[in-house]
Amino acid sequence: MRTTTFWMVALLVGVAVFALSMLVKNQYYFFAGYVVLQYVVLATAWNILGGYTGYVNFGTAAFFALGAYSTVVLYKLFPLPVPALILIGGIVSGVIGLGMGYLTLRLRGAFFSIATLAMAVVLQTLITNWEYVGGSRGAYIIRPAKMPILGNNYIEYLFLVMLALAVVAVAIARTIERSRLGYGFAAIRDDELAAEAAGVPTLRLKLVATTLSGALMGMAGAPLPYYVTYLDPASGFNFAYAVNSIAMPLIGGMTSWIGPIIGAVFLGTVQQVVTVTISSALNLLIVGVLLVAFVIIAPNGIIGLAQTWLRPRRR
Amino acid sequence: MAVSLDLLLSAVVAGILLGGFYAAVTVGVSISFGMLDIVNIAHPAFIILGSYIAYIVNTHFGIDPILVSLIVAPAFYALGAAVYQIYHLAFERRGDESLRGLAFFFGLLFITEVALILVFGVDYRFVNAAYIGITLHYGPIDLPLRMLVPFACSIALLVGLQLFLSRSFIGRAIMAVSQDRLALQLMSADPARIKRIAFALSIATAGVAGAFLIIIQPVEPSVGRDYIGRVFAICVLGGLGSFPGMLTAAMLLGIVESVTATFYGPSWSPAVAFGFLLLTLAFRPSGIMGR
Amino acid sequence: MLKAVFRTMRAHVIAAMAATVLMLAGAWPTAAAEPIKIGFGMALTGGLAGNGKAALIAIQIWAEQVNAKGGLLGRPVQLVYYDDQTNPATVPGIYTKLLDIDKVDLVISGYGTNLQAPAMPIIMQHGMTFIGLFGLAVNDQFHYDRFFQMQPNGPDAKHALSQGFLEAAMKANPKPKTLAIVGADAEYPQVALSGARDVAKKLGLKIVYDNSYPPSTVDYTPIVRAIQATNPDAVFVASYPPDTAGIIRAAHELDLKTTVFGGGMIGLQFSSLKQQFGPLLNGIVYYELYAPEPTLNFPGITDFLRTYQPRAAEAGADALGFYLPPYAYAGMQILGEAVEATKSLDQQKIAQYIHATSFKTVVGDVRFGKDGEWVEPRLIYVQERGIKGNDIEQFKQPGHEIVLYPSEFKSGDIVAPYAAAKH
Repeated sequence: MRTTTFWMVALLVGVAVFALSMLVKNQYYFFAGYVVLQYVVLATAWNILGGYTGYVNFGTAAFFALGAYSTVVLYKLFPLPVPALILIGGIVSGVIGLGMGYLTLRLRGAFFSIATLAMAVVLQTLITNWEYVGGSRGAYIIRPAKMPILGNNYIEYLFLVMLALAVVAVAIARTIERSRLGYGFAAIRDDELAAEAAGVPTLRLKLVATTLSGALMGMAGAPLPYYVTYLDPASGFNFAYAVNSIAMPLIGGMTSWIGPIIGAVFLGTVQQVVTVTISSALNLLIVGVLLVAFVIIAPNGIIGLAQTWLRPRRR
Repeated sequence: MAVSLDLLLSAVVAGILLGGFYAAVTVGVSISFGMLDIVNIAHPAFIILGSYIAYIVNTHFGIDPILVSLIVAPAFYALGAAVYQIYHLAFERRGDESLRGLAFFFGLLFITEVALILVFGVDYRFVNAAYIGITLHYGPIDLPLRMLVPFACSIALLVGLQLFLSRSFIGRAIMAVSQDRLALQLMSADPARIKRIAFALSIATAGVAGAFLIIIQPVEPSVGRDYIGRVFAICVLGGLGSFPGMLTAAMLLGIVESVTATFYGPSWSPAVAFGFLLLTLAFRPSGIMGR
Repeated sequence: MLKAVFRTMRAHVIAAMAATVLMLAGAWPTAAAEPIKIGFGMALTGGLAGNGKAALIAIQIWAEQVNAKGGLLGRPVQLVYYDDQTNPATVPGIYTKLLDIDKVDLVISGYGTNLQAPAMPIIMQHGMTFIGLFGLAVNDQFHYDRFFQMQPNGPDAKHALSQGFLEAAMKANPKPKTLAIVGADAEYPQVALSGARDVAKKLGLKIVYDNSYPPSTVDYTPIVRAIQATNPDAVFVASYPPDTAGIIRAAHELDLKTTVFGGGMIGLQFSSLKQQFGPLLNGIVYYELYAPEPTLNFPGITDFLRTYQPRAAEAGADALGFYLPPYAYAGMQILGEAVEATKSLDQQKIAQYIHATSFKTVVGDVRFGKDGEWVEPRLIYVQERGIKGNDIEQFKQPGHEIVLYPSEFKSGDIVAPYAAAKH
């Protein structure tokens, strides 16, 4: 897809969703839609480090929760508008991503993943013991009733902000994919030793990847306290975030920027629907079965399946 | 809090007992991840499965849980072999195992957890054994049998496995396949078959560790998640493929948790334990006794 | 051939006529019997599912009994509920779906603070009356006048959680002078501990141990040993079922010596733990919400428990039902009575009625005060006595859970020290 086409489509989608949201009166769709868009951002962010660069991050929840908790801290200090909170959440998580990159720069494969898991546990313990943000007792965030400027319900505002963030995240992912940065990432993913030998600055690139990925995850987490109005470490660091941010790019396809979107929309919507229909333990079962099924049958995700079907058959 | 020697001694002893248990929980991953490079993140799920089977048989027939786990170990072995077959056919042969294999095991983790929820419900389960509740006292040291018996059995398990790996043909083949697969093929042993045996063995240990777990603490399906981090942390800390290293790391983790809990406040235990792991990874990634 | 066609046509016509008749017959009472929908989220999976399932059974029992008597305002009651998976992030979505799409007429809450607080902004926006189940100080942030809490903490929940224990402990002989407090790193225990610090200061107790532990702790021996090292006269624990079990085990293995042992230990109210520990519970002072003592024989409670217990045992939920289920049932009693009394589903009228009335429920007389909390707390502190063996039936008999506090329900005196009370 050419760049101008991409931006036109992105703009069109954005405008369409925005217009639709003005017409829809039923707030449930905003609540559900917010979660799906949040996962688009998380999946895209994860994929920058996971799919492009080949480093599997288990600690999504940590970056996400850090973004959420920086909002909590600012809420107690002096309230800021949500876009500012997003930027700050992104910066905080980005810095942590950079730090994590430095700590783990020599680790490959599963070691790196375990290190991210360890980091998530350490961060969660730190926040649990931090009284200022409520510690394990949690923090209450009072959400304003109306959104600024247009005066609609605040949840619509959060939804639109998350929509904008999703567009930005996808644009960043796409830009990376096509740039020298992206080729560098791919080189690292395919064979890091060879890449180093060929002169690719692997360390610097990996740091960029972790920082960017972490920053985007933090941005996705920043509006969460306003969405949920009560935040405690257990729900901020919920295992589901780590699992979904891996499952969605995997199911959608990790090789391109479209994959995480497909995966997030598909799996996210399924989860939202199941929560308010069948309900119960089946939600977890669905994630598990989909993971196993896709990983065995469709190793390149939905994108891979589509490519196989669309490829002209050679006789 | 005053650092009294008695208190320190008891904390260390408690940590050692706990570490022994952690080692039993981790030995399976030591085999599957340390030797076979398979990131079996569903290992804790198999442990919980073992706990529930021990619970069911113990509640209905009154048989000691550890005995139960030994009796059903062959079933776990078969389960492990089946799981490995699927893994091998779907991933190893295609050569793209790392991430997709990981996702496969993630999926397996959830499916197992949900199956347990649907069958057993979400209430905590306990077992009854003759030695739960008895404590041996030696001066300042207390040895509750609830911890001591799993500890002793765990050491026995480790010693048994180590002997098997270093003395028997299959055991040495397993060590070989982890070091050099091609050489093994040249010696006309089938690597896939060897790996299957090893993986099945690792799941069998999970079943036994499950019995230890439910003796030590009450169990419900999602308890496994607490152990994912611990298990891989110990494995990495100890150095992949080394049982003595893994045991040392397990004891170390147990002692760190125990001493932090006694003197500084238990809230900080996870941070201290995993912080220690992070530092080790940063400065000595091959672990304590890694090759 | 034509005959066959006509036969088919005739069959179709008859079928159509029959369908129309049935439809009309069915349509007749439909208009009058449109159900009243009561919506809620409930923890059916995840960490709080044990209690959530028990509460659900109690609510279902209430709905069935109401429908058997003709429903509310002559209409059958229909429950619409979704699993919140003990995950607060699902709650806003669930309650918006209930209110905006399912269009429920009445709402109640799920179980636990974490699962109620996220619903509050949506509830307030829709102006619904909201009955909460065991949420701690949820309304302190919102001061919503249509919120009512079904938990006998009273207006000062933070202190009520430890008040009973500490006051009962002070009546022990010898009178305690030092106190150790410990709890899990989670919402309820932390609130209980912070309240305990205040109450201890007021009663002149010196705190010699004050720590928390992560919920994923496996071995509680180091913690209990550290507590013993400070030689406290009283030990107050605020815990959830797995840690309750772990701490009691450790206390027995280390032969904990103190005058009074116990606290706000969740889990001791459930059948599984009672059965598992049996005589190990003797001497522990902890809170119950109900005990089969003659002083607590509220109207309807024994019948309710008799209906609840077999169903819960079958469904794999808490088989005794002393903790959450009577409160869930009582909450529905209150809601139902308010609807019947105001003869409407108008949320404001219902709320005003509930504020103004004293209700007779299966958990006793209930009156709501400021911010929807109970006017008088009814956290009952009991001491376990004379349990032999692990049979669950003995827990259903009076004489084993002696009520020490509050005084209006008192049925005995405390036995101390703990070592003596153990036997």
